[in-house]
Amino acid sequence: MDFTRRETLALGAGAAAMAVLPFQVQAAADEAMAEFTGGAEAAMGGIELTAPEIAENGNTVPVSVSAPGATAIVIYATGNPTPGVATFNFGPLAASQAASTRIRLAGTQEVVALAKMADGTFAKASATVKVTIGGCGG
Amino acid sequence: MASGVKPRVKVPKTAAAGEAITIKTLISHKMESGQRKDKEGNVIPRSIINRFTCEFNGESVVDVTLEPAISTNPYFEFDATVPEAGEFKFTWYDDDGSVYDTSKKVAIG
Repeated sequence: MDFTRRETLALGAGAAAMAVLPFQVQAAADEAMAEFTGGAEAAMGGIELTAPEIAENGNTVPVSVSAPGATAIVIYATGNPTPGVATFNFGPLAASQAASTRIRLAGTQEVVALAKMADGTFAKASATVKVTIGGCGG
Repeated sequence: MASGVKPRVKVPKTAAAGEAITIKTLISHKMESGQRKDKEGNVIPRSIINRFTCEFNGESVVDVTLEPAISTNPYFEFDATVPEAGEFKFTWYDDDGSVYDTSKKVAIG
């Protein structure tokens, strides 16, 4: 089978697109995070993200976040088709700035939690979750 | 999805004034993500609960924005302070405009 110049170029372009795709997903997550922080740097620490190391079923992955002194916590799944997962806004009657929920993960990826503190600074925590069966149907 | 949605909430019946209590909520909802396809390859349209709020006597405890990445039958667990006797009000907002709510009374004891 001979490749013409045109076919070779098309194949090369396809391969390049495949290689770039994961970075685009990552970029979408970074963009979403930058939108929340307004471009400010988020310090590590001050927030705790608990997620399982290995999740057999990506459809229900239990995660919990805790950030004392936070006004809002956002969870991102960096490898999902849409990176946003949930935003928790804590009111004056929240006894602790902590919450647990169950999320969907499309595959093995990094889960990131960002907290907005009462003084306007941001805190960040992340955890890598290995997923055996993806949770986005596809 | 207006049928078969049943909110469930677990709140202690009594609490000491100023005590922090743990609240667990669950609502049955299929949370269609808008990513899945049916047998013919058509995308199943998104249908999720996009917001959940919990209030105590009109004051906010937590206000959650949900994205399609929240699992079927959304579950939340969080802590609330009970300053006086009153009522917790839980509200879920569906994509289709439906609002589901339930409330629980807490006595000081």
